[in-house]
Amino acid sequence: MARTRLTVPKSVRRGEIFEIRALIGHPMETGYRPDASGRRLPRDIIRRFSCRQGDRLVFSADLFPAISANPYLAFHAVATESGTLTFTWEGDNGFSQTETVAIQVT
Amino acid sequence: MGLVAAMLALVSGPAGSQGAAGTAAPSGDPRRSGFADMSAPIQAMQRDDSQNPGLLWVADGEAAWRARPAAGDARSCEGCHGAAGAALRGVAVRYPAWDARLRRPVTLQQRINDCRERHQSLPPLGGESDALLGLESFVAHQSRGLPIAPPDDARLAPWREQGAALFAQRIGQLNLSCAQCHDERAGLRLGGSIIPQGHPTGYPIYRLEWQGLGSLQRRLRNCTVGVRAEPYGAGTAEAVQLELHLAWRARGMTLETPAIRP
Repeated sequence: MARTRLTVPKSVRRGEIFEIRALIGHPMETGYRPDASGRRLPRDIIRRFSCRQGDRLVFSADLFPAISANPYLAFHAVATESGTLTFTWEGDNGFSQTETVAIQVT
Repeated sequence: MGLVAAMLALVSGPAGSQGAAGTAAPSGDPRRSGFADMSAPIQAMQRDDSQNPGLLWVADGEAAWRARPAAGDARSCEGCHGAAGAALRGVAVRYPAWDARLRRPVTLQQRINDCRERHQSLPPLGGESDALLGLESFVAHQSRGLPIAPPDDARLAPWREQGAALFAQRIGQLNLSCAQCHDERAGLRLGGSIIPQGHPTGYPIYRLEWQGLGSLQRRLRNCTVGVRAEPYGAGTAEAVQLELHLAWRARGMTLETPAIRP
């Protein structure tokens, strides 16, 4: 399991624009680098990140080999109802990680 | 030798440009952390815990601090040393420190590994392993914001003097000493980068070039290889002596662990 750091306000006002920050520990191996013995290291990257509230997609991003290790994504959203935000990172070699954060709309 | 001459010419600009006027510490202390020379976005990355990827290692280290070893009845780190916070605050700023049993100075990494072997009956962790970097960064993170305070221990003095001599010793095919860049030419540029004064204020650091966390020993190896000298092996007397000298040189400066550097 990779470590993640999520920064989401605990409560927001209805209709307020707020920032969400998501950081995950991942090597993001490009697939182009040789290892110490000269063999090419196989690609191992996160391919897709998504943030959902229930069934609704809030934000998603496709990630590519040029993105640095431990990718950090920050984006803005507007909440209309309280609920749970589900963050999913999916990638090569069956990598998949899901984290949830509750958010209160007042 | 043509290349060497060109490089030296490149780094030895007019003496007046040294230390970029107006950026020294307000107290009049001419020493400055590498933090001060970074671009604003990278500084923001270090200041903001939600962006700083070094905190991922700190979180791993905290979990390792709490975890009881699977084998035997050994206690966790926390079992002896207590929870983070008060017990660990101010520990990292004292290292390298004298070890009465080994009768030599040890770095924080060596102390962690020594403790693992003696009290937890666990094998030592590899020098640049994520596990050791995690524990080290967790311990050092507890002292973030404190001034670096090398112990005033007479037994350390000869080691520290050796370290100072190593710092001034020309090494490698480029025949450069640490002091020639980091004392005499700090603030000037080597290629596109500002030469830092070389204070170990934020180790282990997250270096963008490394795409990960690395120890002071790794950074020293980097520099040593850069002047085409053979690096001091991990945990050798020379490596510890250099660390001792660097800590003394940076005494009173604020610990930033985990720092970000380009």
